[in-house]
Amino acid sequence: MTQTALPLWVTIPGTVLLVIAGLTTLVGSLGLLRLRDFFQRMHGPSMTNTVAAGATLLTSMLVASAVAARPIIHEVLIALFVSGSAPITSLLLVQAALYRNKARHSGD
Amino acid sequence: MNDVFMCALWFAQACIAVAMLNGGIRIFIGPAAQDRILALDSLYMNGMLMLLTLGVSSQSTAYFDMALLIGLFGFVGTVALAKFLLRGEVIEP
Repeated sequence: MTQTALPLWVTIPGTVLLVIAGLTTLVGSLGLLRLRDFFQRMHGPSMTNTVAAGATLLTSMLVASAVAARPIIHEVLIALFVSGSAPITSLLLVQAALYRNKARHSGD
Repeated sequence: MNDVFMCALWFAQACIAVAMLNGGIRIFIGPAAQDRILALDSLYMNGMLMLLTLGVSSQSTAYFDMALLIGLFGFVGTVALAKFLLRGEVIEP
């Protein structure tokens, strides 16, 4: 495997961003697993959607730019799409959960 | 310094793998259907992050397209499932 040696301006921010992304993903999934209510469990994966995705995409952008020796910013596409679609998903899921809870408590 | 970067990459991949495992457990034990949909949403997001870290470690741009497609189709699937829970059908006549 031919790996280019990454310069120092990539590895130092990349290390910090990857550790942040890993810890945030772990904490978010533990929240998804261990919290009691559905409306509490909503908050865990949104950490993954924002902080972890942003940090990983920044690292990917840095490494791709260092390998190709020119600025590569097409990871901005994923960032824009994820930050635009995560609120819609959360809103629809909360509406569905509220509707189902109301239908269950009204007895039909 | 490259070794420290590779260690951070392995750490991130291990954390994302544990997160995918937690999402799978939540899919199995989720008490209601919306819990399972939320866990599936978190699972595809973690899969996208895993593909991105794989692309960083192999220094290839082929993983970027897969991550973009997973983001697109995962969003469509989650919206369709939530709409089904809300209305009882996905595409209304």
